[in-house]
Amino acid sequence: MKISKNVERWSPVIVLVAVLLLWQLVCVVFSIPEFIFPSPLQIAQAFAEFASPIMEAAWKTFWVTMLGFAISIVVGILLGFLIGSSRLAYTALYPLMVGFNAVPKAAVVPILVVWFGIGLGPGITTAFLISFFPITVNIATGLATLEPELEDVLRVLGAKRWDVLIKVGLPRSMPYFYGSLKIAITLAFVGTVLAEMTAGDSGIGYLMQTAGSQQRMSLAFAGLVTIGAMAMAMYELFSWVEKRTTGWAHRGSQAA
Amino acid sequence: MNFVDFRNVWLAYNEELLAAGNYAVEDISLQVTEGEFIAIVGPSGCGKSTFMKLTTGLKMPSRGTITIGGQPVTGPLKISGMAFQAPSLLPWRTTVDNVLLPLEIVEPYRSTFKSRRKEYEAKARDLLKSVGLAGYEDKFPWQLSGGMQQRASICRALVHEPKMLLLDEPFGALDAFTREELWCALRDLHAAQKFNVILVTHDLRESVFLADTVYCMSRSPGRFVVKREIDLPRPRDLEVTYTPHFTDIVHELRGHIGAVRKAGVAVPQ
Repeated sequence: MKISKNVERWSPVIVLVAVLLLWQLVCVVFSIPEFIFPSPLQIAQAFAEFASPIMEAAWKTFWVTMLGFAISIVVGILLGFLIGSSRLAYTALYPLMVGFNAVPKAAVVPILVVWFGIGLGPGITTAFLISFFPITVNIATGLATLEPELEDVLRVLGAKRWDVLIKVGLPRSMPYFYGSLKIAITLAFVGTVLAEMTAGDSGIGYLMQTAGSQQRMSLAFAGLVTIGAMAMAMYELFSWVEKRTTGWAHRGSQAA
Repeated sequence: MNFVDFRNVWLAYNEELLAAGNYAVEDISLQVTEGEFIAIVGPSGCGKSTFMKLTTGLKMPSRGTITIGGQPVTGPLKISGMAFQAPSLLPWRTTVDNVLLPLEIVEPYRSTFKSRRKEYEAKARDLLKSVGLAGYEDKFPWQLSGGMQQRASICRALVHEPKMLLLDEPFGALDAFTREELWCALRDLHAAQKFNVILVTHDLRESVFLADTVYCMSRSPGRFVVKREIDLPRPRDLEVTYTPHFTDIVHELRGHIGAVRKAGVAVPQ
């Protein structure tokens, strides 16, 4: 059965529509109450009714996440560079970092509230804490797994370690880096929303929390959909950036 | 004047092997005059690549001395260029940018790189043209065939005008026709620029065609067992590889290597 190119391109949309239809059907057929599991139609209604607060909250969550994410990129690159370039740093710091990363960030938020008070502080910090680790690991891996042949080419010319890292190590790690950005951005959203839910006074997390406590499930779900849409948009953005900048790494799969 | 001078060089890879008397190469003595083209042939694992590492200063000898250009070797040389079996071109750079890479590292080019970039780029492009890669300078390495990548790799090894070119089985991964083409390209480059070449290979015909002197290395631990001057007149055409004289030389060398492979060399206790 030959699948035409058009069908292939539209297939995700087709699947989405099919899922929405099924969802609506299930809600109607089984008469599921709105405060347990709202149907797509009811969610759309909530969107229309509360458009302004949702947009405001979404914007707040968005730029708080972006701030935390920007910090995690900077820290991730610096830390990743340090760990990937020095065996000593690798052995010394890695276990500590893994331990730190294993701590559920939900447990950290109350501590952050004590330090920064309710508001932006915990949001930005949680987004940063949760998302810098993949970036660090990927850059460190990219540097530490540098092929000896590539390194030899420069060493034979008398290049210093720094030259090798900057001219060969970092460019070679870029595919790993962009790959990690896609993961990190979604994690950053998780961090922000988590902080907002636990100790926020604005943003989508807070909105969802209050909506839930008021039994306004459609609104809560609307918030959920908003976050999902934002995270997906950012993921696609970084995916596009990845393709543009590291086309050389995907040369095997260029059978377009 | 001996440009490259190895005197009684031994190398063990680390302290334990040194203490146990397990050397990778033993008692290497070799003198190369300026502009000479030498080839080193030997079976797999005999220590040819180890010899290369000693020549480039990537490894220090456990015993003996190495002098290059009158200076004792204390670290990686800047006056040499090296090409390996794998072209190892950086895939995120175009071919011409790859060839320019040594000029970004080695002085005196490095400090003047920004100001004289156009000049250097023209030189790189000329080099690529001389090996037949005109028109491919702005393509990426993965858009080139294996033979073309290897040609670019050799250009990269020559762009900073080294006095010595070290080739570690550079044509091993290529098909027979491409190999013959590259032999001629290398022969012509050597004739034009008169740098030293040390070619490590397992192909006897290649060594006899290209070199002034061929050294045969024994099995591990590697020792030089034969030194043969190749008296074929230059410039050498590919046709010479089918003459009886050429075949005799190859046959003779093969006999030496064969004897070496059968008997092996006892590891000193």
